[in-house]
Amino acid sequence: MSAVLNPVNAPAVTKIHQSDVDTTHRALRFLTAGSVDDGKSTLIGRLLFDSRAILADQLDTLAKRAAGQPIDLSLLTDGLEAEREQGITIDVAYRYFATKQRKFIIADAPGHEQYTRNMVTAAAGSDAAVVLVDVTKLDLSVDDVPLLAQTRRHSLLAHLLRVPSIVFAINKIDAATNPGDAFRKVSAALEKFASAAGIRVTAVVPVSALRGDNVTQPLEADWYDGPSLLQVLESLPTVQETVEAPLALPVQYVAKDGDGTGNNPRVLWGRIAQGQVQVGDEVQILPGGQTAIVGELRRAGEPVATSVAGESAGLLLDRQVDVSRGDWIVAPGAATPRRSFEATLAWIDTEPAVIGRKYWVRHGNRWVQARIVAIDHRLDIQTLAETEAHELSVNEIGHVTVELQAELPLQPYADNRVGGALIVVDPTSNRTSGALLVR
Amino acid sequence: MNAPVNLEQLLPLADHRHLDHLEEEAIFILREVAAAFERPALLFSGGKDSCVVLRLAEKAFKQRVSGNEFKGKLPFPLVHVDTGHNFPEVIEFRDRRVEEMGERLVVGHLEDSIRKGTIRLAHPLESRNGHQTVTLLETIEEHRFDVLIGGARRDEEKARAKERIFSHRDSFGQWQPKEQRPELWNLFNTRIRPGEHFRAFPISNWTELDVWLYIARENIPLPSLYFAHDRQVIRRKGLLVPLTEVTPPEAGETVETAQVRFRTVGDMTCTCPVESPAANAADIVAETLTVTVSERGATRMDDRTSDASMERRKKEGYF
Repeated sequence: MSAVLNPVNAPAVTKIHQSDVDTTHRALRFLTAGSVDDGKSTLIGRLLFDSRAILADQLDTLAKRAAGQPIDLSLLTDGLEAEREQGITIDVAYRYFATKQRKFIIADAPGHEQYTRNMVTAAAGSDAAVVLVDVTKLDLSVDDVPLLAQTRRHSLLAHLLRVPSIVFAINKIDAATNPGDAFRKVSAALEKFASAAGIRVTAVVPVSALRGDNVTQPLEADWYDGPSLLQVLESLPTVQETVEAPLALPVQYVAKDGDGTGNNPRVLWGRIAQGQVQVGDEVQILPGGQTAIVGELRRAGEPVATSVAGESAGLLLDRQVDVSRGDWIVAPGAATPRRSFEATLAWIDTEPAVIGRKYWVRHGNRWVQARIVAIDHRLDIQTLAETEAHELSVNEIGHVTVELQAELPLQPYADNRVGGALIVVDPTSNRTSGALLVR
Repeated sequence: MNAPVNLEQLLPLADHRHLDHLEEEAIFILREVAAAFERPALLFSGGKDSCVVLRLAEKAFKQRVSGNEFKGKLPFPLVHVDTGHNFPEVIEFRDRRVEEMGERLVVGHLEDSIRKGTIRLAHPLESRNGHQTVTLLETIEEHRFDVLIGGARRDEEKARAKERIFSHRDSFGQWQPKEQRPELWNLFNTRIRPGEHFRAFPISNWTELDVWLYIARENIPLPSLYFAHDRQVIRRKGLLVPLTEVTPPEAGETVETAQVRFRTVGDMTCTCPVESPAANAADIVAETLTVTVSERGATRMDDRTSDASMERRKKEGYF
């Protein structure tokens, strides 16, 4: 049910089949990316308003501010006092709404260039990205419509952080003189750009957030017979952990299970990153290397026989082994810990990344010291082209080589988000300074 | 107390299967708190959100024996800031639950701060809600807690919508919205300097409806005033002000009896009930599905004063 009428580049378009849609009933978390005046706030306001997530007293407040004019839906997402003073949004806000089909969490990321960090924050852990394209800012007189830099930046960032579904919403379509023509041209430009950048486009939908056209109600126009934005969102899959893979579980919390007799077995709690575990399985502890048999399994206060990726499990082993928070429990021989790795680094601290400086990094539940030994390239965020660089400043992204003070069982981020993601923390300020994605 | 609920009967109205995922997330956050901090504590007021967090903590750290009974001990004490203006049935409920569960409760008394002079009331009946912050921070300092677990939800209010799950507080206990640490994946940055602390919010991503669905599903005990009862109230500015010794009628106002329930429970001077015949959690789920006024809008006098009142209180260290 792709919303593109005549895809220029068919392979770039992923059709959504019902079988792809998961059955866990997890809320779909999506981020919205757009710049000031793209109508992002109005779009979110429209989704909340049409799904009845806005209540009467909140509307009252808006009605008072509107002073007789039609209510401005964008004010629904109006943020903090500190933000209103400056007339900008400074931080990611989370909004909630639900339809009969599913629940949604919107991570609303401000779109200014200097707030790439917000988009990185919103994108990490999101199931989908809705990138807003303001049709009124584009030159539609030519056949090959040039896209705005921010559209490229937003979609490339979402792609880089491997947000599984990327949806383009072509907004203010009602303001175009010939909406059908505008939609066709902009869709073609988006498909062409996405295909060149290797981005899989899930859907392109025309909307008018202001009028509500094609946001929650399908558009009635002879030039469009695709779904509404909400229909697309309702059909998207959430990120699913891989169950069919060797077990990997980062130990989060070690609890003593005292029964007063001096026999104090320890329960090793952690959320399974991939694979599954059953009573009787042989497991290996990293970095120690010892093996043991799972004697008992627990979940949320109850004994269980088996537990799968995405669930937090408590393991009681058949013998005393040295295990602490940060260790990994894996299928024997399944992981090869490493001391250095190549990664994509998104830098989000105002102090630039310094080669050779010691930082704290967190991988799974372990903190280790690390050094950036080389910045291999900086990525041009408009084009993803690699350019030479010696430092990374705030909101810049690059390819780096990192050396660790201790071995970690790393996986490529593309294979497993838990095994392949790290945060970098400045040891002096304790600020979260960067995000590392293992290549 | 609430009666057992047949969720299948509610299913046409509300799908509750997503609760499994919310529960998993909340338990994960609670274990993270216990593992990453030295001296955690859980805020327990007897309010519905803190009752939900408490049940989640039981599931995270104890073993269920049957129904509402768990064996084992929580790895942290419970904390309550008592304004001295709490509803008596809530305090009674709080103490009973703490005893049943065999947990330790630390109570910070606002009266103590008034006696010490760190809180000055403008007049004796002034709302004590905003003043709680002082006592809360004094309690944190006295017990050297480095993280407090709370039941705040992002859907409650717009300052809360921007709150992190692990939220840093400086050495004055203040929230710096512009200095928030980005939260990437589940890789929480809980690094801290002496004197600073964190607030942790395991049910950040829950809505009011989720909370009621979960209460119904888990049959979580709540104070009786959450369910329909007859109460003497005064109608004032669109709110039903409960008649108490600290909220007497003003000149010209009349007192009437109405069938009400509380949607939120806080300080008596600023919490109002709503008219409702909902007698159990399932009724409340059904009502919440059709409600048209927000939780705080319907029940809180203090949040009505200004669009940014929550944000200002939070910056000062409020929950």
